[in-house]
Amino acid sequence: MAEFGSFCLILALSLTVAQAGFSGWGRLRRSPLLVGAGQGAAVAAAVALALAFAVLLLAFWTSDFSLKVVAANSHTDKPAFYKIAGAWGNHEGSLLLWCLVMAAFGAVLAGARGLNFGLKASAVATQGALTALFVGFAVFTSSPFTRLTPAPIQGASLNPLLQDPALAFHPPLLYGGYVGLSVCFSLAVAALIEGRAGSAIWPAWGRWVRPWALASWALLTVGITLGSFWAYYELGWGGWWFWDPVENASFMPWLAAAALLHSAVVTERRGALAGWTTFLALLAFTFSMLGAFLVRSGVLTSVHAFAVDPERGMALLGILAVASGAAFALFAWRVPKLSPGGSFAPVSREAGLVLNNLFLTVAAVTVLLGTLYPLIFEAFTGETISVGPPYFALTFTPLMTIAALILPAGPMLAWKRGDLRGVGQRLMLAAGLSVAVGLGGLALWSPGKALTALGVAIAAWLMLGALSELADRLRLFRAPAAETGRRARALPLSAWGMTLAHFGVGLFVLGAAVEIGLKSEAGAVIPIGGEVASGPFRARLEAVQVIEGPNYLAEQARVVVTTADGGAPRTVTAERRFFPAGGQTTTEVGLDFRGLDDVYLVLGERAATAEGERAWSLRIAYHPFARLIFLGPMIMALGGLLSLMDRRLRVAPSVRARREVGA
Amino acid sequence: MRVTPVLARLAAALAAAFAIAAEPTPPPDAPLPDPAQEARAQALFEQIRCVVCQHESISDSPAGLAADVRREVRGQIADGRSDDEIRAALVARWGDFVLFRPPFSLGTLVLWLGPALLVLGFLVFALIRARRPVEEVDPLSAAEEAALAQAVETDRLGHDPAAGRPDDGR
Repeated sequence: MAEFGSFCLILALSLTVAQAGFSGWGRLRRSPLLVGAGQGAAVAAAVALALAFAVLLLAFWTSDFSLKVVAANSHTDKPAFYKIAGAWGNHEGSLLLWCLVMAAFGAVLAGARGLNFGLKASAVATQGALTALFVGFAVFTSSPFTRLTPAPIQGASLNPLLQDPALAFHPPLLYGGYVGLSVCFSLAVAALIEGRAGSAIWPAWGRWVRPWALASWALLTVGITLGSFWAYYELGWGGWWFWDPVENASFMPWLAAAALLHSAVVTERRGALAGWTTFLALLAFTFSMLGAFLVRSGVLTSVHAFAVDPERGMALLGILAVASGAAFALFAWRVPKLSPGGSFAPVSREAGLVLNNLFLTVAAVTVLLGTLYPLIFEAFTGETISVGPPYFALTFTPLMTIAALILPAGPMLAWKRGDLRGVGQRLMLAAGLSVAVGLGGLALWSPGKALTALGVAIAAWLMLGALSELADRLRLFRAPAAETGRRARALPLSAWGMTLAHFGVGLFVLGAAVEIGLKSEAGAVIPIGGEVASGPFRARLEAVQVIEGPNYLAEQARVVVTTADGGAPRTVTAERRFFPAGGQTTTEVGLDFRGLDDVYLVLGERAATAEGERAWSLRIAYHPFARLIFLGPMIMALGGLLSLMDRRLRVAPSVRARREVGA
Repeated sequence: MRVTPVLARLAAALAAAFAIAAEPTPPPDAPLPDPAQEARAQALFEQIRCVVCQHESISDSPAGLAADVRREVRGQIADGRSDDEIRAALVARWGDFVLFRPPFSLGTLVLWLGPALLVLGFLVFALIRARRPVEEVDPLSAAEEAALAQAVETDRLGHDPAAGRPDDGR
């Protein structure tokens, strides 16, 4: 079986090379036949990789330990769900998944209708070349189908920390996002090749880039949120974002994709900013590849050694240099030839979106600086420094604060030339209420919580601003209800999506500000019946028992949580699991969901009280509004999905007009 | 009862397992009696890196060393040292690596000033780009309007016989 997988992988490599070759050659010769062959190769490559991945899934499902990657990452005791999820819980398997997604998106691109001949052929060729680089990397350095002789009787099991539903879905979502950006990259390269001054391709091109950017961004949003939630409840530290280099690696493409999907709107609707949008499309996938390099080469896991696996690290760095280097060189050469496109005033929707792009892009570069600076600094001086949360609090947070202050005004400005005073009037109510919220917070929490009050005021501004914009479009309370209803039905899905996404940003800011500012925690070593309290909550350790899971043993604590004001007591279980296969211990945090708040319980190690009584270390943390930290991004992603479902996004205005005339 | 021996075996295995898996358990933290001092300690913990961990502050890390540093920092706060003195003492022992907030120096100039400079540069560039074409679409003054009408009239009458035809050369 594994040999068949290996065969499919190598077949996919030749097919992607053929895809790039036929499409590129066909473009040069303007031959539909050759271009068609390239498209066929793209579809075939996707099928070959799907077969290879199916073989790997089967090997994991049946615990075929004659495969090195299965033996190193699986175990017969694992539940079937985690056996399969284990297929992408390692370098080789996840790389194969990456290649599969890339080829599948290439096949979708190959089947696309409505793109002009040259643009499509060039994009398919570029996508083929990119896929060939990654499949080649898999074939030559990281084939998951390497045999192990003799095959061991038992595997080494998947890291138990990864045996979690959130983390089983985290990589496929994240890869969908990372790799979705490769399509934007290919389209950008194609546009640089085909684009001419004054060319009319830009609106059509923007209409193609935008859904891919939107979908990638939404997938990244969900993927990162799942990862963050996993860190929150699985690691047991109570934090949800650590500015860890691995987190930053996924955050940079997210920021770039967010900038791209806004700038693609300008290119699509107004034909402007074409050069900038192509630049962002190249940048976004470059960040994806950089993330892959940083995480997989081992540069990050060990700060002191460059590339734990030098061969793979160098190969990935080579791919990054070749793909991005070539694309940015092409950009530098061709960008003067791109038309400047539609003009706009310094106060206009376009200008608002430019500001959005400014802050998102600088934020992405800031994250890049913070992530790579220690490496660069060490290379030059030999000394080590650490860049952690305090740095990002002083740089990233102010940038995003300014962006958030501007955000509600953007969607209210007219295209081309906006009326700032009119927007000011329409946002007066939201601004007044937000200031009142901020002052209220200051009065409630002072002294020392001014930043929390500011955060809450900004959150209110974002949410009220989004609602004001919607009310404004619907002429809510200013027109008869029937008129408002009619407008609500006529409002395109993309407008609803935008409002929802911006509202989600506000929800997230609210959760983050309150959680960071007002959380509290306490820990103690307590015997059965002992209590520990934090914030308005009190936890009593009821009982501790030993339970047996499918592939672990655990100490399970039953804890009763009560509120200070005598609310209903709730029973929560928190566990400490021991996985014999890997010899590792993990914590399962006990979470008591209290509305938007979390009561967070961590069972620690067994100890003894001063009297020699059996006792356990128990930590209770009160995280107010923690639910919003994860709910906000989910609503942002939902907004993206709504926007994606808008048919206008895929049908050109001219086609639409023709259909309407015909109908 | 078939269950009992199984459970007993499990319990024994578990006890052994936890005994092996546990590194020397750090005793749980004893917070400082003064809440203001404890708050200072917590704020400092967030800024100090656990030097044996991947990328964790000592407030997050379960490692024994982190617990030692936490105890030490609390002790120094209780002794009346300032935050800067405590940080300096840590840097003297482990170097700048121990602080999550890198020092502001010649070597970190790009790190600290990069974002602000980028914003400025970007703004200047964007403003120049955005301003330039707009001037072309400024409305004409009355005098210009008159001059234009005059010119068009003259042009049509004097020089362009094709102007009135539908396919005027375009």
